[in-house]
Amino acid sequence: MSDPAQPPSRPTPDKAGFVIALGLAVLAVVVGLDAWRLSAMPSYSAVGPAAFPAIIAGGLGILAIATAIEALKGAEEERPHDEVKPILWVLGGLLGQIALLPFAGFSIATGWLFAATVKGFGRGPVWAHFLAGAVISFVIYVIFAKGLQLSLPAGPIERLI
Amino acid sequence: METFDALGQGLLIALQPSNLLFAFIGVMLGTAVGVLPGIGPALTVALLLPITFKLDPAGSLIMFAGIYYGGMYGGSTASILLNTPGESSSIVTALEGNKMARAGRGGPALATAAIGSFVAGTIATIGLALVAPTVVDIAISFGPEDYFALMVLAFTTVSAAFGSSVTRGLVSLFLGLTLGLIGIDLQSGQARISFGIPDLLDGVEVTTLAVALFAIGETLSVAAAGNRAEEVIEPVRGSVFMSKEDWKRSWFPWLRGTALGFPIGAMPAGGAEIPTFLSYALEKRLCKKPEEFGNGAIEGVAGPEAANNAAAAGVLVPLLTLGLPTSATAAIMLAGFQQYGLNPGPLLFTTNPDLVWGLIASLFIANGMLLVLNLPLVGLWVRLLAIPRPWLYGGILVFATLGTLGANPSLVELGMLVVFGLLGYVLRRYNYPIAPVVVGLILGPLSEQQLRRALAISVGDPMVLFQSPIALTLYALSILALLGPMLFTLITGRRAPVGGDED
Repeated sequence: MSDPAQPPSRPTPDKAGFVIALGLAVLAVVVGLDAWRLSAMPSYSAVGPAAFPAIIAGGLGILAIATAIEALKGAEEERPHDEVKPILWVLGGLLGQIALLPFAGFSIATGWLFAATVKGFGRGPVWAHFLAGAVISFVIYVIFAKGLQLSLPAGPIERLI
Repeated sequence: METFDALGQGLLIALQPSNLLFAFIGVMLGTAVGVLPGIGPALTVALLLPITFKLDPAGSLIMFAGIYYGGMYGGSTASILLNTPGESSSIVTALEGNKMARAGRGGPALATAAIGSFVAGTIATIGLALVAPTVVDIAISFGPEDYFALMVLAFTTVSAAFGSSVTRGLVSLFLGLTLGLIGIDLQSGQARISFGIPDLLDGVEVTTLAVALFAIGETLSVAAAGNRAEEVIEPVRGSVFMSKEDWKRSWFPWLRGTALGFPIGAMPAGGAEIPTFLSYALEKRLCKKPEEFGNGAIEGVAGPEAANNAAAAGVLVPLLTLGLPTSATAAIMLAGFQQYGLNPGPLLFTTNPDLVWGLIASLFIANGMLLVLNLPLVGLWVRLLAIPRPWLYGGILVFATLGTLGANPSLVELGMLVVFGLLGYVLRRYNYPIAPVVVGLILGPLSEQQLRRALAISVGDPMVLFQSPIALTLYALSILALLGPMLFTLITGRRAPVGGDED
């Protein structure tokens, strides 16, 4: 989903590239420290559990440097502006589902997920989509929990059947 | 003759009514998800894994293969009518196909795509049946160091083939490899990168990661784009039948596309994108009316479509014979085998010949079904394209969380889904490919196993890795794959044509 019309790139360093390089470096340190911890433990085989993580930590480190060098050369492409609000709606839907599942059950929690996602894509009203989503989720619950014996979290509505 | 006996035996299995039904469900589902934007065969198979856990392995795998083939057909429909490729391997089809649809020749474009896919799929599946036993014979003699080299080759080609630069491909791959480390090390019993969190001890589920990266990451990035992407569905006007001239102009592109697609797909180089680009370039050069290219040349649909289906069959060669997935969908299918305790590889052909050959035979049936179903049902697929985006993505998230909960009813698993979903969004936003992450997660632990086995045999001497001629050849190919795009740039002065990232 990239914008077809890309303005010419400027030779300013790419900020996002540096952040990604930093993230990779942190990951390399985390994996490396874990490998160091493991290598201190006695091992019975010729190659212990630390060897492979050590290789990966090294690879991540090299990639962090390579990414930083690429970022230094400047942003390759102008990225289209992303809107934050829709992302927050979708994330709110997902996190809300996690929060609701333990006590409200599958149907209500998933109904909220559906309504929030639809809202994120710019369509309301939330309450109508919540009702529709909850009804659909209840049907899905009946099919999958009763028919295919998946264990899905039950709430007050699900306990009625 | 042995191959044909085995294939005949497989055909009997594939023709059992229940397996026919599975193949039918698979191709219908596959075509539908291929048509719809936002979901592809990899995600669909990942979502179905928990549901099919209790079903018969042969039937489920036949259904997965049907989804895989169906996705390739459906992707072309979306490309032609919507100019939005449903699958990355259909990007090239959109170039000429959508122009044809705008010029009122959508019918013949769909027809040449469907018939070409059938021709290519059938020839390539015959190729699969003929090549597989030979590869199995060779693979039997592979030692663990050769397998390790083979996986290194798969890593490098997957990273180099997907995405906009080799560095980015490698970053994605190493993220996958890192995720593969999480959990208890099976040989020593030590917990790795788990920070004492009990839910991490079992490691990261391939299905959770795939569903998060594909479904949630895609939903987030489409939502964030807002109204940026305007889409116009081209109605199918005119006859769906091809004229005599269309046939004449389609035959050779179909065959040439197959000849490009199958070998490239079968090499541990992976992906169906590269042969489609090559086929497009080749047809453009060979076409007698080059001025039509860019304005709806039928050759530009016929060739790439054949190439992408032939490559899809080719990808099954390393998957079945070596246990080596070279695309995201193949990686998920490997997880599908594993959930039944089956390990694809040379041994599978001797331990479960019925299953393997039944699966290969069912591919012929799936192909036939797709040819018969696709064109008459075009109206149905077009209606799928008209589903409003908010409802479509809302539904995708409902099924994504349903599949994750079905596999493991834990809130931590759902939390991981959200975290990896955000990772998928970030990867998409900054042009990092997705497939290497999934391939890294599933192949990482397997490659570590082979590495440690090889080093255990040599009592820790790392030189064992570089002594076998097979391994050395494979390493040479890996280096070539990494440097290939760079050489291409040096020689032609242009960037190598690299594909999208999804399947």
